[in-house]
Amino acid sequence: MRDVLVVIPALNEEDSVGVVVKETRAALDDVDILVVNDHSTDNTAAVAAAAGADVVSNVFNLGVGGAMRVGFRYAARRGYQTMVQVDGDGQHDPREIPALLAVLRANGEPATEARVVIGARWAGTGTFQVPRARRWAMRMLAAYLTRLTGTRLTDVTSGFRAYNAPAIELFARTYPAEYLSDTVESLVIASRSGAQVAQVPVSMRVRHAGSPSQPAWRAVGYLIRVGLMLVLEVIRTRSRIPPPEEDR
Amino acid sequence: MSGVHITALVACVVTVSVIIELLRRRQLRDKYASVWLIVCVPMIVFAVDPNLFNRLAHSLGVINPPDLLTVVAALFLLIVCVYLSWEVGRLENKTRVLAEEVALLRKELEEATTA
Repeated sequence: MRDVLVVIPALNEEDSVGVVVKETRAALDDVDILVVNDHSTDNTAAVAAAAGADVVSNVFNLGVGGAMRVGFRYAARRGYQTMVQVDGDGQHDPREIPALLAVLRANGEPATEARVVIGARWAGTGTFQVPRARRWAMRMLAAYLTRLTGTRLTDVTSGFRAYNAPAIELFARTYPAEYLSDTVESLVIASRSGAQVAQVPVSMRVRHAGSPSQPAWRAVGYLIRVGLMLVLEVIRTRSRIPPPEEDR
Repeated sequence: MSGVHITALVACVVTVSVIIELLRRRQLRDKYASVWLIVCVPMIVFAVDPNLFNRLAHSLGVINPPDLLTVVAALFLLIVCVYLSWEVGRLENKTRVLAEEVALLRKELEEATTA
């Protein structure tokens, strides 16, 4: 077993997940790769396994947040020191994982406090256009989280992230399962738990396959949802998910 | 006995019988049944003698007795709804954790059997 686990949550990504696994393997030979198949109705699990990844299949659809929680629990149980989250649609370039790991491990490792490093799109490198309304919603969220974490963050909805061991432990218990808001909410949880949050600019590629999970016209509804969630998250008490008793 | 009076009484008896029958068949958990049974007692009492309810309303300063019934019923149902929402959320969370565990255990079993 290696020290680093790359977790790829995937729902019906048979056209792209194999490529992502192979690219990850090609970019880093010293990592384990886990695809969390969130009850896909296509061949995602078989494609991922054929590409050389370990596969965990959910018994019903849990959403990205639920799939990530499976990933965190898997990493925590098996004692991985570092976990990297990469989308299964190919929008993140696995060759940029070392850049995330470098920031995660800066200032000495192992760190005792939880650390989260975000691969931020639109932070300088690459060209990628998003609809204006959605971009505006994301800016609002980024501004809010910049205030909360005390670090300048430009892309809080990015699903390209790296976590150290204390962060894995934290999120194995508390990663939010709410649909679509998990990326933002997890940062609120992280900062409230005293975790360090940092970002690294990455370029974003056009998806290998599939359509964006969120059409532009839903941006406003999304912002309202996330805004409500943020208000709740700020007044909410910590740790809503007690660890199962047999957790090691 | 007026028609309305009889209707109310019949409705009460039917409600109580259904609850008891569900309990008897173990379809209803005790903790929910007790709530409904407790509600049934004043319902039957007031259905048998509506004047008792009128007097209760007047003693509480309610001029129109049905108003008291409406307010109490609405409040009670609100509490039940909030409680059930809470319960559903808790159950959903438990189900999620179980689903995650099942996925992880299945993976471990797979590894144990192929190793």
